Amino acid sequence: MTTTPAPAGAAAATAGDAAHPADGGAPAPMIATEALTKVFPSGLRAVDGVDLTVAPGEFFGLLGPNGAGKTTIIGMLTTRVQPTAGRARVAGVDVVAQPARAKRVIGVVPQTNTLDRSLSVRENLHYHARFFAYGRRQAAERAEALLEQFRLTDKRDVLVDELSGGMAQRLMIARALMHEPAMLFLDEPTVGLDPQSRIALWELLSELNEDGQTVLLTTHYMEEADHLCDRVAIMDHGHVLAADSPAELKRTVDAEAIVRVAAPGRSEVEPPSPDQLARLRGVLAAVPGVRWAEVRDGQVECHADSARGLLPRLVTAAEEAGTGISDLSVSEPSLETVFVSLTGRELRE
Amino acid sequence: MTAVAETPSPARAAAPARGPAEAVRWPALVAFGALLLRDARVLTRERWRFLIRTVSQPLMLVFVFTYVFPTIGQELRAFDGQASFSDILVPGVIAITMLIKGVQSVALPLVDDFGYTREIEDRIMAPLPVWAVAVEKIVAGALQGLVAVVVVFPIVALVPAEPVSLDISWGHLLAVGLLAPFVGASLGLALGTLVTPKQVPMMFSVIILPVTFLGATYFPWTQLEAIPWLQWAVLINPLVYLSEGFRMALTSLPSMPPAAIYAGLLLCGGLTAAIGLWGFRRRVLA
Repeated sequence: MTTTPAPAGAAAATAGDAAHPADGGAPAPMIATEALTKVFPSGLRAVDGVDLTVAPGEFFGLLGPNGAGKTTIIGMLTTRVQPTAGRARVAGVDVVAQPARAKRVIGVVPQTNTLDRSLSVRENLHYHARFFAYGRRQAAERAEALLEQFRLTDKRDVLVDELSGGMAQRLMIARALMHEPAMLFLDEPTVGLDPQSRIALWELLSELNEDGQTVLLTTHYMEEADHLCDRVAIMDHGHVLAADSPAELKRTVDAEAIVRVAAPGRSEVEPPSPDQLARLRGVLAAVPGVRWAEVRDGQVECHADSARGLLPRLVTAAEEAGTGISDLSVSEPSLETVFVSLTGRELRE
Repeated sequence: MTAVAETPSPARAAAPARGPAEAVRWPALVAFGALLLRDARVLTRERWRFLIRTVSQPLMLVFVFTYVFPTIGQELRAFDGQASFSDILVPGVIAITMLIKGVQSVALPLVDDFGYTREIEDRIMAPLPVWAVAVEKIVAGALQGLVAVVVVFPIVALVPAEPVSLDISWGHLLAVGLLAPFVGASLGLALGTLVTPKQVPMMFSVIILPVTFLGATYFPWTQLEAIPWLQWAVLINPLVYLSEGFRMALTSLPSMPPAAIYAGLLLCGGLTAAIGLWGFRRRVLA
């Protein structure tokens, strides 16, 4: 199980194994997929030949727009969606051949609230543990411990309908962890949460991962993937376009700094005309240190090796050309930029 | 296309499987039992609702037909006046109770689960095959059907104005009493996986109402000789076999031949269970 035979195209699997030379102690991957593919009866190729490797202890993210195939991948890894082709193992268990066994090693937090509305908060945890062969006392003790850890002790006896969105999400995570799964899956866990709850959930997930929990989460928020994940796979149209650490991914974008330049319009309320922007783009692209520039969202975006000393040159060039500058902001490349450079589209449409 | 530089050093190589399920010989069986425990817990929490939903229809039927009617001189009799209507109705009401319970306890919650709440997702993630989760639904529904009959029986025995003359054949009662709730619950599973929330009112008008009215509950199937086409047509109705089965088990009145009753129960139960299991899988797996 340590070395998976690598068929053609299983680049990720091989690379993952290669990273751990045969020293005998190389950990088996927690997730290993080979050419995983799902074609729905409608003909939609939701996932197309995906090779993924997730190491034990890793916090892994699937980042991509809606419809990229993230949820379908989670569906296949959690036995709910039957792959059309390819293979998938989670914690060494073939999820297609042994779904019931696979369910013992995974914990799943789905996109929607699937808490048992007929049971109290505590009972939701208790009965979940009983499904996984925990004895009555064992289940009770573990439920209390997780209620405490997830700050739900106050609500232990209420029905789940009475929980706020953030609390319900915490309870879903606690429930997924009740049976001590080797692998925790979260599908878009922060969608619909207020910013405060989102930050709290990030902290909670980070702590779990620091305690050794392997986590795979899907998200279409690039800040979320950037903030939480050790490695991120960027997905679009059922393909994994790149998979690496956020820092490494950002390094692949051919720029160290991105400067967004806004041009003044003819009046306060009027935006600059396309001609004006095109002229400004031409001027700025010629400034030394700027690799290339493009018009995006009514601004000119300059990709440069370094922001150092660049801003005065940009301002001077624009003044000399008579176009002027009304605003200017510098940013590092983000995963958003990575996505745009890979697909030519924005992450959020 | 996939570019993976290197896998960061894992914080800790977690042992793949850690829960007690790994040490259990039949984890799927334990999970099945735990699903039943969960359903039992919900039933005790909602006992008053269960009681009211169980009792209301049988009580009304028995009260109006076998107490009010004879008392106001509007009595119905069967078998050319030889049998009192309560003797006809008792097995019919018990059969209806079991069938309706299957719909109430399996179909309606499933329709909500698949349609809105998706609560079923958590039970699907329990460590047992998907078909076993569906079978648990049938078993839990059948057990509720049995509980319902225990509740309803005293009512149908005591409410009628004229004493009910029971003639119990215990062998048949045991066999029918075990088969019937499974037919009800299997029908519930089939309906629950095929019907969408919007179609529920239609399901009652198009399926439940004809089934209950033409299920040999208010009349013995043998007396339908007078309307031959109907006597044949109602054979597709599972309730006919439940009613005739209980008629055979509880009274001395003529009923459908036992072989036909058991064949009908097994066939209806098997067919609806198969449709239910197929439908469940279709709704749960993509």
